Amino acid sequence: MMPPSTARRLCFLSLLLLLLLLAAAASATADAAAAEEFTEELLLRPLPDRKALAHFHFRSSAPPASAAGRHHHLFPKAISQLVQKFHISELELSFTQGRWNYEQWGGYDPMSTNNAKPPGVELWAIFDLPLAEIDATWKNLTHTLSGLFCASINFLESSTAFSAPRWGFKLNEGNLRYGALPREAVCTENLTPWLKLLPCRDKAGIASLLYRPSVYKGYYHSQKLKLKSSQSLGIILDQTLTVVLQPNTVSGKQLHSTGGQLQPSWSMEHLFSKKLSGKCLVSKSSRVFVEIEKGIVDNVDKAGSDVSSNNDLFVLSTAPDRSLKELDNLEVQSSSLYEYDVNNYNSDKPLNVGITWKLPLIWSCTRAPYHASRFLMGSGNERGSIAMSFLSTGLDKQLVDSSNDCSIKAVVFQVVPWYVKVYYHSLEVFIDGNSKAISEVVDKIHVTPSEDKLLPGTMEMLLKFPCSMQLATLTLDFDKGFLHIDEYPPDANQGFDIPSALVSFPEFNSSRSYPEADPLFVSPLLENFKEDGVVKSYTEVLLVPLTTPDFSMPYNVITFTCTVLALYFGSLLNALRRRIGEEERGLKKAGILNKRGLIPLLIAKLRGQKVDPSESESTSPASLPRSKLLLKVVFVAVVAIVFHYLSNS
Amino acid sequence: SLVFVAVDFIAAMLIRSTGRTLQMARNRSLKSLDLTKSVNNSVNVSAGDTASLIYLWNPWTIITCVGSCTSPIENLMVVIMLHGACSRLAPLAAFGYVMATHLSLYPAILILPVALLLGYGPDTPPTKVFLQKGLSANKIDMSDNGKGTSQKGFGQFSWKPILHFILWVFIWSCYVLSLNSIILNKVGGLQEMFEKTYGFILTVKDLSPNIGVLWYFFAEVFDFFRSFFLIVFNMNIIFMVLPLAIRLKHRPCFLAFVYTAIVAMLKSYPSAGDSALYLGLLGLFANELAEMQFTFFLFFGYIGVSLLSPVMHNLWIWRVSLSLYLYLYLYLSLSLSTHTCCVLLLT
Repeated sequence: MMPPSTARRLCFLSLLLLLLLLAAAASATADAAAAEEFTEELLLRPLPDRKALAHFHFRSSAPPASAAGRHHHLFPKAISQLVQKFHISELELSFTQGRWNYEQWGGYDPMSTNNAKPPGVELWAIFDLPLAEIDATWKNLTHTLSGLFCASINFLESSTAFSAPRWGFKLNEGNLRYGALPREAVCTENLTPWLKLLPCRDKAGIASLLYRPSVYKGYYHSQKLKLKSSQSLGIILDQTLTVVLQPNTVSGKQLHSTGGQLQPSWSMEHLFSKKLSGKCLVSKSSRVFVEIEKGIVDNVDKAGSDVSSNNDLFVLSTAPDRSLKELDNLEVQSSSLYEYDVNNYNSDKPLNVGITWKLPLIWSCTRAPYHASRFLMGSGNERGSIAMSFLSTGLDKQLVDSSNDCSIKAVVFQVVPWYVKVYYHSLEVFIDGNSKAISEVVDKIHVTPSEDKLLPGTMEMLLKFPCSMQLATLTLDFDKGFLHIDEYPPDANQGFDIPSALVSFPEFNSSRSYPEADPLFVSPLLENFKEDGVVKSYTEVLLVPLTTPDFSMPYNVITFTCTVLALYFGSLLNALRRRIGEEERGLKKAGILNKRGLIPLLIAKLRGQKVDPSESESTSPASLPRSKLLLKVVFVAVVAIVFHYLSNS
Repeated sequence: SLVFVAVDFIAAMLIRSTGRTLQMARNRSLKSLDLTKSVNNSVNVSAGDTASLIYLWNPWTIITCVGSCTSPIENLMVVIMLHGACSRLAPLAAFGYVMATHLSLYPAILILPVALLLGYGPDTPPTKVFLQKGLSANKIDMSDNGKGTSQKGFGQFSWKPILHFILWVFIWSCYVLSLNSIILNKVGGLQEMFEKTYGFILTVKDLSPNIGVLWYFFAEVFDFFRSFFLIVFNMNIIFMVLPLAIRLKHRPCFLAFVYTAIVAMLKSYPSAGDSALYLGLLGLFANELAEMQFTFFLFFGYIGVSLLSPVMHNLWIWRVSLSLYLYLYLYLSLSLSTHTCCVLLLT
């Protein structure tokens, strides 16, 4: 029996111990939970052709696996399992509908470099595995992603759909796999699982602005998922959705007093039919940016006023919390960002950022040095040519000095399916209309030729164009293959797609720096802008019609062919069976039988033999075969009747 | 491109000399049967000249020569083989055989007629006729035995030339294969060569239209049955080898001709060159085939098919309007098969 005081003391101590343990555990989990971060940002930008660009950016990051264990607070568990199971070090999956208009919407800034994606699905991944295992892992990855995003990414699993570029896409040591499906349609079925990866889904925060009808009525929408995983930094997941919308405003059609047409004045409510009523509560920071491009800034400067949120050309509906100026490498301000912190707004005071134009303004976005486009030449279903053209946009003259040796490099990466059999030796280059030798223009070329039903044809080329060039054209001849009836898609007469080619300009850097930002201001979106990235542009998807067999009659074809072969087989064996003497005897018999019927007479005449009417043998040898024949016919009839009864009973 | 002209010319010359040999043998055998009267009666064109002229002037031979494809060379090899066999030159025959089999798989079945040619000698009427003759007039046969092995007992099969031939085949094939393996050392070696060349012919992988029987079938056959039908179609050729050999063993040259005709019809990727070869060889037997029936239909069938095939190709592939290729190839195959059967009815 213990005295009650010691018992009480023991109880107290054990309770204390328990509390301490709980606190430690809580702090541990709090530490782990605190290491997982989520930020959400939205960037709005007016575009020169009276449209508006909205770019949603969500970043979730998870610490390295050893620290956090397998419990996730904010980070989607599906993604971390994906990364661990397939040993992914980098992955990017994009679903795009529409084509990025490089002429109007820009081709030089980080937005178009990172977010202008080819139509359909594009997937590339870098694996952290020995080279022999990567293909099998890629197949499993495509299936997993297909299930995760309700899309048919599993079509990328067969070796005819993906390729392994070495330096044309991204410099790697052979552990990169790239695949694209140009014909994949994107709809809300794909957006919903993408939004499910966000901690607040689309119920709170910036993602609640995603009003589906307005997103899918736009000119271009692209949702992208980018993963980066490393042992030291953990997993960083960037989800971006880029939408180009036409704001439905009344004021868009108004004419200004000076005669020009005003750009449409829009706000978030015009774009998304709702206002932003607060941030996602678990997000570390939630911001809205309005970007005013260099072209507008130049015009404002020309008009003489200061670039603030309220100036002679435009006025922002709400005063921004902060304004950031971007400086280009010549230390001149080129574009400016106005930032709104969503923390300051809630459902009583929702945020509705908008821009109202005061004066008509026309500006243009900076474009890539060459406008790359691709088209098909030739007619008929037997052969054709792929042509790629580079049209100079005048950028180079501003940036590079015009010495005689000046040249602009371009890297072309193209994957062509196997049924378009490209003849790489027929590559021809025309610069400003004159045919040039390949060695003058092509610095480096790496070709993986296609194999029938096994591999697509991959081409990576490094081209050097002279700075003064206006137009360059490359042509490649190809033969069209013929597919098995099973390999045609449901609408075979539409044709087959050749995925977009990627043209990048390694000498041009599309990064931006915002030097005024204070160190506490960490914006993943701006970090992405600051990253070094080469200027890239995607060409169009080509549609190649192929000869189709007659789909309606596979059975007929099989039957016809087998009939022909049976005829051949049977008649050959029949002819072999006879002997010469027998033939003579057969003819003699025909000579006998000519009294009986007309057909033997005809046969004899046709055979060029003399009809011998003087043969007069007895009819008994003739009637014997006849009775035998009769017996045979009766026998077959009896058998048939019996079979009929048996099968019916 | 002059190479192809020269190749065609050499092939024609060889056909001519083969025809000469055949004709001499035929005359000899007919004489030994005391059928000189029928020799004078029947059509007696010089088979060699006719055949070489037919080969050279055949529009399909001219097309393959102009198009610079390798069919003339394959045809030349087959003709070399036949010539060598008819003239009992085993090394030449072996060379032709190895090269022809290397270039395309199907001349491999021609080993049978070549062996028979070397063993028996050129075409003769069936043994039974001689036996009949021999039974009825023994004395005449016995006294007449100065004309070489083809006289005495046509049933006699000499093995020596055969062994000679096999030895030379072995030597030539080792040579060719070793050359191949040296060239292909870096690419994958002999295994890959066999897989890609013979395997490609046997398993019909490429489905581009051609004038054969098989491509449309294999474009539309269901995957489940594909291997079955591949076996069936390849067996079609192999299966006819033995019965034809048994039936025509006294006429190995004709047997070779029939084999080329069957191969031209049933191979997986036929072309105009194969038809050119067997039409040329047809000329060698002009004497026997003089009594062939249905020549009118067959001749105009050929002309019709050759004229219609480019038209249909154009319609289907370039203008994408109709898929008439099906009917075209049926027509062609039917004409080929009826031709073969009529030809055989003459034996």
